[in-house]
Amino acid sequence: MSTLSIIERWVEEGTKVLDLGCGNGEILFELKKTKKITGLGVEIEENNIEECLLKNINVIEQNIDNGLINFSKNSFDVVILSQTIQVLKNPNTALEEITRIGKTCIVTIPNFGHWRSRISLLISGKMPVTNPLPDSWYGTPNIHLCTLKDFENLCNDLSISIEERVAINSGNKNKWYLNIWPNLFSASAIYKISK
Amino acid sequence: MDNNISSIGKVHTQSVKFDETLVLESGNQLDSLEMVFETYGNLNAEKTNAILVCHALSGNHHAAGYYENSDERKGWWDSLIGPGKAIDTDKYFVVSPNNLGGCHGTTGPTSINPKTAEIYGPDFPIITVSDWVNCQALLADHLDIKIWHSVIGGSLGGMQALRWSIAYPDRIKKAGIIAAAPKLSAQNIAFNEVARQAIITDPDYQEGYYLKAGKSPKRGLRLARMVGHITYLSDEAMRDKFGRELKEGKLNFGYDAEFEVESYLRYQGDVFSENFDANTYLLMTKLLDYFDPADKCNGSLVEAFKPIKAQVMVISFTSDWRFSPERSREISDALLEAEKNVSYLEIESTHGHDSFLFAEDRYVRAIKAFLGNNQ
Repeated sequence: MSTLSIIERWVEEGTKVLDLGCGNGEILFELKKTKKITGLGVEIEENNIEECLLKNINVIEQNIDNGLINFSKNSFDVVILSQTIQVLKNPNTALEEITRIGKTCIVTIPNFGHWRSRISLLISGKMPVTNPLPDSWYGTPNIHLCTLKDFENLCNDLSISIEERVAINSGNKNKWYLNIWPNLFSASAIYKISK
Repeated sequence: MDNNISSIGKVHTQSVKFDETLVLESGNQLDSLEMVFETYGNLNAEKTNAILVCHALSGNHHAAGYYENSDERKGWWDSLIGPGKAIDTDKYFVVSPNNLGGCHGTTGPTSINPKTAEIYGPDFPIITVSDWVNCQALLADHLDIKIWHSVIGGSLGGMQALRWSIAYPDRIKKAGIIAAAPKLSAQNIAFNEVARQAIITDPDYQEGYYLKAGKSPKRGLRLARMVGHITYLSDEAMRDKFGRELKEGKLNFGYDAEFEVESYLRYQGDVFSENFDANTYLLMTKLLDYFDPADKCNGSLVEAFKPIKAQVMVISFTSDWRFSPERSREISDALLEAEKNVSYLEIESTHGHDSFLFAEDRYVRAIKAFLGNNQ
Protein backbone atom coordinates (compact mmCIF):
# COMPACT_ATOMS: atom_id res chain seq x y z
CA MET A 1 0.00 0.00 0.00
CA SER A 2 1.31 3.45 -0.91
CA THR A 3 1.31 6.53 1.29
CA LEU A 4 -1.53 7.99 -0.74
CA SER A 5 -3.72 4.91 -0.38
CA ILE A 6 -3.12 4.89 3.38
CA ILE A 7 -4.14 8.54 3.58
CA GLU A 8 -7.18 7.74 1.43
CA ARG A 9 -8.15 4.99 3.85
CA TRP A 10 -8.08 7.44 6.75
CA VAL A 11 -10.06 10.21 5.06
CA GLU A 12 -13.80 9.89 5.05
CA GLU A 13 -16.03 10.77 2.12
CA GLY A 14 -17.14 14.39 1.80
CA THR A 15 -14.93 15.77 4.57
CA LYS A 16 -12.94 19.02 4.74
CA VAL A 17 -9.22 18.47 4.31
CA LEU A 18 -6.35 20.91 4.82
CA ASP A 19 -2.98 19.88 3.37
CA LEU A 20 -0.14 21.90 4.90
CA GLY A 21 2.84 21.94 2.56
CA CYS A 22 0.63 20.51 -0.16
CA GLY A 23 3.28 20.63 -2.89
CA ASN A 24 1.70 20.45 -6.33
CA GLY A 25 -1.66 19.53 -4.83
CA GLU A 26 -1.50 15.88 -5.82
CA ILE A 27 -2.88 14.41 -2.59
CA LEU A 28 -5.82 16.84 -2.52
CA PHE A 29 -6.45 16.25 -6.21
CA GLU A 30 -6.70 12.48 -5.66
CA LEU A 31 -8.83 12.86 -2.52
CA LYS A 32 -11.18 15.17 -4.41
CA LYS A 33 -11.62 12.47 -7.03
CA THR A 34 -11.89 9.42 -4.79
CA LYS A 35 -13.40 10.87 -1.61
CA LYS A 36 -15.25 13.98 -2.85
CA ILE A 37 -13.50 16.06 -0.22
CA THR A 38 -13.42 19.84 0.04
CA GLY A 39 -9.72 20.54 -0.05
CA LEU A 40 -7.43 23.43 0.72
CA GLY A 41 -3.66 23.51 0.34
CA VAL A 42 -1.05 25.69 1.99
CA GLU A 43 2.22 26.09 0.11
CA ILE A 44 5.10 28.53 -0.35
CA GLU A 45 6.78 27.36 -3.53
CA GLU A 46 5.43 29.39 -6.47
CA ASN A 47 5.51 26.68 -9.15
CA ASN A 48 3.67 24.33 -6.81
CA ILE A 49 1.07 27.04 -6.18
CA GLU A 50 0.53 27.47 -9.91
CA GLU A 51 0.13 23.71 -10.34
CA CYS A 52 -2.51 23.72 -7.62
CA LEU A 53 -4.39 26.48 -9.42
CA LEU A 54 -4.16 24.54 -12.69
CA LYS A 55 -5.61 21.50 -10.91
CA ASN A 56 -8.36 23.69 -9.49
CA ILE A 57 -7.11 23.11 -5.94
CA ASN A 58 -7.66 26.09 -3.65
CA VAL A 59 -4.28 27.11 -2.28
CA ILE A 60 -3.07 29.68 0.23
CA GLU A 61 0.44 31.06 -0.06
CA GLN A 62 1.60 31.02 3.54
CA ASN A 63 4.69 30.05 5.48
CA ILE A 64 3.71 27.55 8.17
CA ASP A 65 6.64 28.76 10.29
CA ASN A 66 4.90 32.14 10.61
CA GLY A 67 1.94 30.55 12.34
CA LEU A 68 -1.47 29.19 11.47
CA ILE A 69 -3.60 31.52 13.57
CA ASN A 70 -5.78 32.31 10.55
CA PHE A 71 -7.20 28.77 10.78
CA SER A 72 -9.73 28.38 13.54
CA LYS A 73 -10.21 25.51 15.98
CA ASN A 74 -11.67 22.31 14.52
CA SER A 75 -12.26 24.04 11.19
CA PHE A 76 -11.12 20.97 9.24
CA ASP A 77 -11.99 17.31 9.58
CA VAL A 78 -8.51 16.30 8.54
CA VAL A 79 -5.19 18.15 8.49
CA ILE A 80 -2.36 16.56 6.52
CA LEU A 81 1.27 17.38 7.22
CA SER A 82 3.14 15.19 4.78
CA GLN A 83 6.97 15.09 4.76
CA THR A 84 6.93 18.65 6.07
CA ILE A 85 7.42 18.62 9.84
CA GLN A 86 11.19 18.12 9.53
CA VAL A 87 11.63 21.40 7.60
CA LEU A 88 9.75 23.52 10.14
CA LYS A 89 11.42 25.79 12.69
CA ASN A 90 9.12 24.71 15.50
CA PRO A 91 7.77 21.20 14.92
CA ASN A 92 6.26 21.12 18.40
CA THR A 93 4.25 24.31 17.82
CA ALA A 94 3.16 22.98 14.44
CA LEU A 95 1.91 19.75 16.04
CA GLU A 96 -0.07 21.70 18.61
CA GLU A 97 -1.48 23.92 15.89
CA ILE A 98 -2.54 21.16 13.52
CA THR A 99 -4.27 19.23 16.29
CA ARG A 100 -6.11 22.43 17.18
CA ILE A 101 -7.22 23.03 13.56
CA GLY A 102 -8.04 19.45 12.58
CA LYS A 103 -10.25 16.92 14.30
CA THR A 104 -7.87 14.31 12.93
CA CYS A 105 -4.33 14.86 11.66
CA ILE A 106 -2.22 12.77 9.35
CA VAL A 107 1.52 13.30 9.71
CA THR A 108 4.19 11.58 7.67
CA ILE A 109 7.81 11.78 8.79
CA PRO A 110 11.11 10.48 7.47
CA ASN A 111 12.65 8.15 10.06
CA PHE A 112 16.17 9.15 11.07
CA GLY A 113 16.35 5.94 13.07
CA HIS A 114 16.30 3.89 9.85
CA TRP A 115 19.08 1.30 9.77
CA ARG A 116 20.75 2.96 6.77
CA SER A 117 21.13 6.23 8.67
CA ARG A 118 22.35 4.41 11.77
CA ILE A 119 24.96 2.35 9.89
CA SER A 120 26.06 5.31 7.79
CA LEU A 121 26.75 7.35 10.93
CA LEU A 122 28.36 4.43 12.74
CA ILE A 123 30.73 3.42 9.93
CA SER A 124 31.57 6.72 8.23
CA GLY A 125 31.24 8.99 11.26
CA LYS A 126 29.50 11.54 9.03
CA MET A 127 25.93 12.83 8.85
CA PRO A 128 24.04 10.23 6.81
CA VAL A 129 23.19 10.99 3.21
CA THR A 130 20.60 8.44 2.10
CA ASN A 131 18.03 8.10 -0.64
CA PRO A 132 15.12 9.53 1.35
CA LEU A 133 17.41 12.19 2.89
CA PRO A 134 19.81 13.03 0.06
CA ASP A 135 21.17 16.44 1.19
CA SER A 136 24.42 17.29 2.95
CA TRP A 137 24.10 18.47 6.54
CA TYR A 138 24.74 22.11 5.65
CA GLY A 139 22.37 22.32 2.68
CA THR A 140 19.45 20.28 3.85
CA PRO A 141 16.04 21.85 4.31
CA ASN A 142 15.44 19.07 6.86
CA ILE A 143 16.51 20.94 9.99
CA HIS A 144 14.48 18.91 12.48
CA LEU A 145 14.92 15.25 11.70
CA CYS A 146 13.79 12.73 14.26
CA THR A 147 13.27 9.03 14.75
CA LEU A 148 9.86 7.43 15.13
CA LYS A 149 10.56 7.12 18.83
CA ASP A 150 11.39 10.85 19.12
CA PHE A 151 8.19 11.76 17.34
CA GLU A 152 6.08 9.51 19.50
CA ASN A 153 7.67 10.90 22.66
CA LEU A 154 6.91 14.45 21.53
CA CYS A 155 3.27 13.51 20.87
CA ASN A 156 3.15 12.04 24.35
CA ASP A 157 4.63 15.21 25.88
CA LEU A 158 2.03 17.32 24.07
CA SER A 159 -0.84 15.02 25.14
CA ILE A 160 -1.50 14.15 21.51
CA SER A 161 -2.80 10.66 21.02
CA ILE A 162 -1.51 8.42 18.27
CA GLU A 163 -4.47 6.56 16.83
CA GLU A 164 -2.66 4.65 14.13
CA ARG A 165 0.82 4.22 12.70
CA VAL A 166 1.87 2.67 9.42
CA ALA A 167 5.55 2.02 8.74
CA ILE A 168 6.78 2.57 5.19
CA ASN A 169 9.90 1.34 3.41
CA SER A 170 12.10 3.39 1.10
CA GLY A 171 9.97 2.28 -1.86
CA ASN A 172 7.03 4.08 -0.22
CA LYS A 173 5.24 0.81 0.63
CA ASN A 174 4.18 -0.72 3.92
CA LYS A 175 5.46 -4.30 4.27
CA TRP A 176 4.72 -6.72 7.11
CA TYR A 177 8.36 -7.04 8.20
CA LEU A 178 8.67 -3.32 8.95
CA ASN A 179 6.45 -3.82 11.97
CA ILE A 180 8.95 -6.12 13.64
CA TRP A 181 11.10 -3.13 14.54
CA PRO A 182 9.64 -0.03 12.86
CA ASN A 183 12.14 2.45 14.30
CA LEU A 184 14.94 0.46 12.68
CA PHE A 185 13.38 -0.90 9.51
CA SER A 186 11.07 1.80 8.22
CA ALA A 187 12.27 4.70 6.10
CA SER A 188 9.28 6.74 7.09
CA ALA A 189 5.99 6.45 8.88
CA ILE A 190 2.46 7.77 8.61
CA TYR A 191 0.65 8.68 11.80
CA LYS A 192 -2.96 9.38 12.48
CA ILE A 193 -3.07 11.64 15.51
CA SER A 194 -5.56 13.79 17.36
CA LYS A 195 -6.02 15.75 20.55
CA MET B 1 9.08 46.30 -28.65
CA ASP B 2 6.29 46.39 -31.18
CA ASN B 3 3.20 47.15 -29.17
CA ASN B 4 0.87 45.64 -31.70
CA ILE B 5 2.22 42.10 -31.89
CA SER B 6 0.02 40.65 -29.20
CA SER B 7 -2.31 43.56 -28.82
CA ILE B 8 -6.02 43.26 -29.37
CA GLY B 9 -5.44 46.03 -31.93
CA LYS B 10 -7.84 48.81 -32.74
CA VAL B 11 -10.81 49.09 -30.43
CA HIS B 12 -13.82 51.36 -30.28
CA THR B 13 -16.07 52.61 -27.54
CA GLN B 14 -19.69 51.55 -27.30
CA SER B 15 -22.45 53.14 -25.37
CA VAL B 16 -25.82 52.24 -23.88
CA LYS B 17 -28.56 54.35 -22.34
CA PHE B 18 -30.75 53.04 -19.53
CA ASP B 19 -33.99 54.89 -18.98
CA GLU B 20 -35.07 53.21 -15.77
CA THR B 21 -34.65 54.99 -12.47
CA LEU B 22 -31.60 53.95 -10.55
CA VAL B 23 -31.94 54.18 -6.78
CA LEU B 24 -28.55 54.80 -5.26
CA GLU B 25 -27.28 53.47 -1.94
CA SER B 26 -27.47 57.01 -0.56
CA GLY B 27 -31.21 57.05 -1.30
CA ASN B 28 -30.77 59.51 -4.17
CA GLN B 29 -32.04 58.65 -7.62
CA LEU B 30 -30.77 58.94 -11.15
CA ASP B 31 -33.54 59.01 -13.73
CA SER B 32 -31.43 57.99 -16.65
CA LEU B 33 -27.98 56.69 -17.13
CA GLU B 34 -25.63 56.45 -20.05
CA MET B 35 -22.75 54.00 -19.85
CA VAL B 36 -19.77 53.72 -22.16
CA PHE B 37 -17.80 50.50 -22.41
CA GLU B 38 -15.45 48.51 -24.58
CA THR B 39 -15.46 44.82 -25.38
CA TYR B 40 -12.62 42.60 -26.57
CA GLY B 41 -12.87 39.09 -28.01
CA ASN B 42 -16.06 37.23 -28.85
CA LEU B 43 -18.95 36.07 -26.70
CA ASN B 44 -19.49 32.34 -27.22
CA ALA B 45 -22.88 30.91 -28.18
CA GLU B 46 -23.59 29.72 -24.62
CA LYS B 47 -22.55 33.14 -23.26
CA THR B 48 -20.34 31.53 -20.65
CA ASN B 49 -16.99 33.18 -21.44
CA ALA B 50 -17.64 36.79 -20.42
CA ILE B 51 -15.19 38.50 -18.10
CA LEU B 52 -15.95 41.84 -16.49
CA VAL B 53 -12.88 44.00 -15.97
CA CYS B 54 -13.27 46.72 -13.34
CA HIS B 55 -11.17 49.87 -13.40
CA ALA B 56 -9.59 51.59 -10.44
CA LEU B 57 -9.71 55.16 -9.14
CA SER B 58 -8.59 57.08 -12.21
CA GLY B 59 -9.16 54.42 -14.84
CA ASN B 60 -11.81 54.17 -17.50
CA HIS B 61 -13.32 51.81 -20.03
CA HIS B 62 -10.28 51.87 -22.30
CA ALA B 63 -8.56 48.80 -20.84
CA ALA B 64 -6.90 47.28 -23.91
CA GLY B 65 -5.92 47.97 -27.50
CA TYR B 66 -5.71 51.42 -29.00
CA TYR B 67 -7.93 53.83 -30.88
CA GLU B 68 -7.70 54.64 -34.55
CA ASN B 69 -5.11 57.35 -35.21
CA SER B 70 -3.70 57.35 -31.69
CA ASP B 71 -1.83 54.11 -31.11
CA GLU B 72 0.18 55.54 -28.24
CA ARG B 73 -2.90 55.52 -26.03
CA LYS B 74 -3.02 51.88 -25.17
CA GLY B 75 -5.59 50.72 -22.64
CA TRP B 76 -4.59 50.73 -18.96
CA TRP B 77 -4.50 46.91 -18.73
CA ASP B 78 -3.22 46.21 -22.24
CA SER B 79 -0.31 44.33 -20.68
CA LEU B 80 -2.77 41.72 -19.38
CA ILE B 81 -5.66 41.74 -21.84
CA GLY B 82 -5.18 40.49 -25.39
CA PRO B 83 -4.60 37.43 -27.54
CA GLY B 84 -2.62 34.87 -25.51
CA LYS B 85 -2.25 37.25 -22.57
CA ALA B 86 -3.28 36.69 -18.94
CA ILE B 87 -6.88 37.54 -19.82
CA ASP B 88 -6.87 35.83 -23.19
CA THR B 89 -9.17 37.47 -25.72
CA ASP B 90 -8.91 34.36 -27.91
CA LYS B 91 -10.83 32.55 -25.17
CA TYR B 92 -12.81 35.18 -23.35
CA PHE B 93 -15.19 38.01 -24.11
CA VAL B 94 -13.93 40.92 -22.03
CA VAL B 95 -16.24 43.75 -21.01
CA SER B 96 -14.77 46.95 -19.62
CA PRO B 97 -17.15 49.75 -18.60
CA ASN B 98 -16.52 53.30 -17.49
CA ASN B 99 -18.13 53.45 -14.08
CA LEU B 100 -20.94 55.71 -12.96
CA GLY B 101 -19.65 59.13 -11.97
CA GLY B 102 -16.77 58.90 -14.41
CA CYS B 103 -15.65 61.59 -16.78
CA HIS B 104 -15.03 59.63 -19.97
CA GLY B 105 -18.56 59.23 -21.31
CA THR B 106 -20.57 57.49 -18.58
CA THR B 107 -23.03 59.70 -16.69
CA GLY B 108 -21.12 61.71 -14.11
CA PRO B 109 -20.50 65.20 -12.75
CA THR B 110 -19.71 66.56 -16.22
CA SER B 111 -23.03 65.29 -17.62
CA ILE B 112 -26.18 67.37 -17.97
CA ASN B 113 -28.67 66.94 -15.15
CA PRO B 114 -31.97 66.31 -16.98
CA LYS B 115 -33.91 67.93 -14.13
CA THR B 116 -32.11 71.28 -14.34
CA ALA B 117 -30.70 71.10 -17.86
CA GLU B 118 -27.38 72.15 -16.35
CA ILE B 119 -24.12 70.35 -15.72
CA TYR B 120 -24.29 68.29 -12.49
CA GLY B 121 -20.93 69.45 -11.20
CA PRO B 122 -20.76 69.08 -7.40
CA ASP B 123 -24.48 68.23 -7.27
CA PHE B 124 -23.88 64.78 -8.68
CA PRO B 125 -24.93 62.41 -5.90
CA ILE B 126 -22.32 60.53 -3.90
CA ILE B 127 -22.15 56.98 -5.21
CA THR B 128 -20.77 53.76 -3.78
CA VAL B 129 -19.15 50.59 -5.04
CA SER B 130 -22.55 48.90 -4.68
CA ASP B 131 -24.03 51.46 -7.07
CA TRP B 132 -21.24 50.72 -9.52
CA VAL B 133 -21.87 47.02 -9.33
CA ASN B 134 -25.62 47.54 -9.83
CA CYS B 135 -24.89 49.57 -12.98
CA GLN B 136 -22.53 46.86 -14.22
CA ALA B 137 -25.37 44.36 -13.68
CA LEU B 138 -27.57 46.51 -15.93
CA LEU B 139 -24.82 46.38 -18.53
CA ALA B 140 -24.63 42.59 -18.17
CA ASP B 141 -28.40 42.40 -18.78
CA HIS B 142 -28.01 44.60 -21.83
CA LEU B 143 -25.31 42.29 -23.21
CA ASP B 144 -27.45 39.26 -22.27
CA ILE B 145 -24.78 37.92 -19.94
CA LYS B 146 -26.52 36.01 -17.16
CA ILE B 147 -23.39 34.79 -15.40
CA TRP B 148 -19.92 36.26 -15.59
CA HIS B 149 -17.19 33.72 -16.08
CA SER B 150 -15.15 36.09 -13.93
CA VAL B 151 -15.12 39.56 -12.52
CA ILE B 152 -11.60 40.84 -12.04
CA GLY B 153 -9.81 44.05 -11.16
CA GLY B 154 -6.94 45.64 -9.27
CA SER B 155 -7.13 48.06 -6.34
CA LEU B 156 -10.60 49.65 -6.38
CA GLY B 157 -11.30 47.25 -9.28
CA GLY B 158 -10.69 44.33 -6.90
CA MET B 159 -13.17 45.84 -4.47
CA GLN B 160 -15.80 45.78 -7.22
CA ALA B 161 -15.05 42.11 -7.88
CA LEU B 162 -15.51 41.46 -4.16
CA ARG B 163 -18.77 43.43 -4.10
CA TRP B 164 -20.00 41.47 -7.14
CA SER B 165 -19.43 38.16 -5.40
CA ILE B 166 -21.43 39.34 -2.38
CA ALA B 167 -24.23 41.20 -4.18
CA TYR B 168 -24.82 38.82 -7.09
CA PRO B 169 -23.58 35.41 -5.91
CA ASP B 170 -25.46 33.58 -8.67
CA ARG B 171 -24.13 35.76 -11.46
CA ILE B 172 -20.39 35.32 -10.95
CA LYS B 173 -18.33 32.14 -11.12
CA LYS B 174 -14.89 33.52 -10.32
CA ALA B 175 -13.65 36.69 -8.66
CA GLY B 176 -10.10 38.01 -9.09
CA ILE B 177 -9.37 40.44 -6.25
CA ILE B 178 -5.98 42.00 -6.87
CA ALA B 179 -4.02 44.53 -4.76
CA ALA B 180 -7.16 45.41 -2.84
CA ALA B 181 -8.27 45.85 0.78
CA PRO B 182 -11.51 45.04 2.59
CA LYS B 183 -11.77 48.73 3.51
CA LEU B 184 -9.52 51.76 3.66
CA SER B 185 -7.27 52.38 6.64
CA ALA B 186 -7.03 55.76 8.38
CA GLN B 187 -3.79 56.33 6.46
CA ASN B 188 -5.51 55.57 3.13
CA ILE B 189 -8.32 57.99 3.96
CA ALA B 190 -5.77 60.59 5.04
CA PHE B 191 -4.08 60.51 1.63
CA ASN B 192 -7.48 60.84 -0.05
CA GLU B 193 -8.30 63.81 2.14
CA VAL B 194 -5.07 65.57 1.16
CA ALA B 195 -6.05 65.03 -2.48
CA ARG B 196 -9.52 66.40 -1.88
CA GLN B 197 -8.24 69.43 0.00
CA ALA B 198 -5.80 70.19 -2.81
CA ILE B 199 -8.73 70.35 -5.24
CA ILE B 200 -11.27 72.08 -3.03
CA THR B 201 -8.89 74.83 -1.92
CA ASP B 202 -7.84 75.65 -5.49
CA PRO B 203 -9.43 79.08 -6.16
CA ASP B 204 -10.49 77.82 -9.57
CA TYR B 205 -12.59 75.10 -7.95
CA GLN B 206 -15.43 77.64 -7.56
CA GLU B 207 -17.33 75.51 -5.05
CA GLY B 208 -17.42 72.80 -7.71
CA TYR B 209 -19.11 74.94 -10.39
CA TYR B 210 -15.85 75.53 -12.27
CA LEU B 211 -17.22 74.37 -15.65
CA LYS B 212 -20.02 76.93 -15.42
CA ALA B 213 -17.44 79.58 -14.56
CA GLY B 214 -15.30 78.50 -17.49
CA LYS B 215 -12.47 77.46 -15.16
CA SER B 216 -10.71 74.29 -14.07
CA PRO B 217 -8.96 73.58 -10.75
CA LYS B 218 -5.96 72.15 -12.52
CA ARG B 219 -3.45 73.08 -9.82
CA GLY B 220 -5.45 71.21 -7.22
CA LEU B 221 -6.00 68.20 -9.44
CA ARG B 222 -2.31 68.16 -10.30
CA LEU B 223 -1.31 68.12 -6.64
CA ALA B 224 -3.91 65.46 -5.87
CA ARG B 225 -2.47 63.25 -8.58
CA MET B 226 1.12 63.86 -7.45
CA VAL B 227 0.30 62.73 -3.91
CA GLY B 228 -1.65 59.77 -5.24
CA HIS B 229 1.19 58.76 -7.51
CA ILE B 230 3.65 58.56 -4.63
CA THR B 231 1.39 56.04 -2.93
CA TYR B 232 1.22 53.92 -6.09
CA LEU B 233 4.98 53.43 -6.26
CA SER B 234 7.32 51.83 -3.76
CA ASP B 235 10.42 53.40 -2.25
CA GLU B 236 12.45 50.83 -4.14
CA ALA B 237 10.69 51.47 -7.46
CA MET B 238 11.31 55.21 -7.12
CA ARG B 239 14.95 54.62 -6.22
CA ASP B 240 15.42 52.35 -9.23
CA LYS B 241 13.60 54.65 -11.61
CA PHE B 242 14.91 58.04 -10.51
CA GLY B 243 17.40 57.67 -7.69
CA ARG B 244 18.72 61.18 -7.06
CA GLU B 245 19.36 61.80 -10.74
CA LEU B 246 19.49 65.49 -11.62
CA LYS B 247 17.91 66.67 -14.85
CA GLU B 248 20.80 68.94 -15.73
CA GLY B 249 23.47 66.94 -13.94
CA LYS B 250 24.09 69.66 -11.37
CA LEU B 251 22.34 71.50 -8.56
CA ASN B 252 20.86 74.85 -9.62
CA PHE B 253 20.07 76.14 -6.13
CA GLY B 254 16.46 76.93 -7.02
CA TYR B 255 12.93 75.61 -6.89
CA ASP B 256 12.55 74.40 -10.44
CA ALA B 257 12.28 70.68 -10.99
CA GLU B 258 15.88 69.61 -10.48
CA PHE B 259 15.59 65.97 -9.52
CA GLU B 260 14.17 63.55 -12.07
CA VAL B 261 11.51 62.44 -9.61
CA GLU B 262 10.25 66.01 -9.38
CA SER B 263 9.81 66.41 -13.10
CA TYR B 264 8.22 62.97 -13.33
CA LEU B 265 5.60 63.86 -10.71
CA ARG B 266 4.97 67.26 -12.28
CA TYR B 267 4.54 65.64 -15.69
CA GLN B 268 2.13 63.01 -14.33
CA GLY B 269 0.16 65.74 -12.55
CA ASP B 270 0.02 67.91 -15.67
CA VAL B 271 -1.21 65.15 -17.96
CA PHE B 272 -3.79 64.03 -15.43
CA SER B 273 -5.15 67.50 -14.74
CA GLU B 274 -5.75 67.98 -18.47
CA ASN B 275 -7.71 64.74 -18.83
CA PHE B 276 -9.65 64.24 -15.63
CA ASP B 277 -12.56 65.99 -14.01
CA ALA B 278 -11.99 67.32 -10.50
CA ASN B 279 -15.51 66.49 -9.27
CA THR B 280 -15.14 62.93 -10.53
CA TYR B 281 -11.86 62.65 -8.65
CA LEU B 282 -13.49 63.89 -5.44
CA LEU B 283 -16.37 61.47 -5.95
CA MET B 284 -14.12 58.47 -6.52
CA THR B 285 -11.94 59.14 -3.47
CA LYS B 286 -15.11 59.39 -1.38
CA LEU B 287 -16.41 56.14 -2.84
CA LEU B 288 -13.15 54.47 -1.87
CA ASP B 289 -13.36 55.86 1.67
CA TYR B 290 -16.91 54.55 2.05
CA PHE B 291 -16.17 51.03 0.83
CA ASP B 292 -16.67 48.54 3.64
CA PRO B 293 -18.63 45.36 2.91
CA ALA B 294 -18.73 44.60 6.63
CA ASP B 295 -20.48 47.83 7.64
CA LYS B 296 -23.93 46.25 7.48
CA CYS B 297 -22.75 43.16 9.37
CA ASN B 298 -21.50 44.70 12.61
CA GLY B 299 -18.03 44.92 11.17
CA SER B 300 -17.81 41.20 10.51
CA LEU B 301 -16.30 40.41 7.12
CA VAL B 302 -16.99 36.73 7.70
CA GLU B 303 -20.69 37.53 8.03
CA ALA B 304 -20.58 39.81 4.98
CA PHE B 305 -18.98 37.04 2.93
CA LYS B 306 -21.67 34.45 3.78
CA PRO B 307 -23.59 34.83 0.46
CA ILE B 308 -20.49 34.33 -1.72
CA LYS B 309 -20.55 31.36 -4.09
CA ALA B 310 -17.76 32.36 -6.46
CA GLN B 311 -14.34 30.85 -6.47
CA VAL B 312 -12.08 33.68 -5.34
CA MET B 313 -8.42 34.39 -5.98
CA VAL B 314 -6.84 37.11 -3.86
CA ILE B 315 -3.49 38.45 -5.06
CA SER B 316 -1.20 40.88 -3.26
CA PHE B 317 2.23 42.28 -4.07
CA THR B 318 5.14 42.37 -1.63
CA SER B 319 6.10 46.02 -2.28
CA ASP B 320 2.55 47.40 -2.19
CA TRP B 321 2.24 49.67 0.84
CA ARG B 322 -1.00 51.37 -0.20
CA PHE B 323 -2.90 48.08 0.08
CA SER B 324 -0.28 45.83 1.60
CA PRO B 325 -0.34 42.01 1.60
CA GLU B 326 -1.72 42.13 5.17
CA ARG B 327 -4.82 43.88 3.83
CA SER B 328 -5.34 41.20 1.17
CA ARG B 329 -4.88 38.53 3.82
CA GLU B 330 -7.75 40.09 5.78
CA ILE B 331 -9.93 39.27 2.78
CA SER B 332 -8.61 35.75 2.24
CA ASP B 333 -8.68 34.91 5.97
CA ALA B 334 -12.29 36.02 6.29
CA LEU B 335 -13.16 33.97 3.20
CA LEU B 336 -11.47 30.95 4.80
CA GLU B 337 -13.37 31.51 8.01
CA ALA B 338 -16.61 31.76 6.03
CA GLU B 339 -15.68 28.42 4.38
CA LYS B 340 -15.49 29.85 0.87
CA ASN B 341 -13.42 28.73 -2.12
CA VAL B 342 -10.36 30.92 -1.91
CA SER B 343 -6.78 30.97 -3.09
CA TYR B 344 -4.27 33.57 -1.95
CA LEU B 345 -1.04 34.56 -3.66
CA GLU B 346 1.62 37.00 -2.53
CA ILE B 347 3.68 37.98 -5.55
CA GLU B 348 7.21 39.34 -5.31
CA SER B 349 7.30 42.66 -7.12
CA THR B 350 9.11 45.98 -6.75
CA HIS B 351 6.50 48.18 -8.45
CA GLY B 352 4.48 48.96 -5.33
CA HIS B 353 0.71 49.29 -5.66
CA ASP B 354 1.11 49.72 -9.43
CA SER B 355 2.37 46.12 -9.64
CA PHE B 356 -1.08 44.97 -10.69
CA LEU B 357 -0.58 46.80 -14.00
CA PHE B 358 2.63 44.97 -14.95
CA ALA B 359 2.67 41.65 -16.79
CA GLU B 360 5.13 40.02 -14.38
CA ASP B 361 5.58 36.35 -15.32
CA ARG B 362 4.30 34.70 -12.16
CA TYR B 363 1.32 37.05 -11.96
CA VAL B 364 0.32 36.34 -15.56
CA ARG B 365 0.62 32.57 -15.10
CA ALA B 366 -1.45 32.70 -11.92
CA ILE B 367 -4.30 34.62 -13.56
CA LYS B 368 -4.23 32.28 -16.56
CA ALA B 369 -4.33 29.20 -14.34
CA PHE B 370 -7.13 30.60 -12.20
CA LEU B 371 -9.31 31.69 -15.12
CA GLY B 372 -8.64 28.50 -17.07
CA ASN B 373 -9.33 25.83 -14.45
CA ASN B 374 -12.84 24.48 -14.38
CA GLN B 375 -14.90 24.37 -11.26
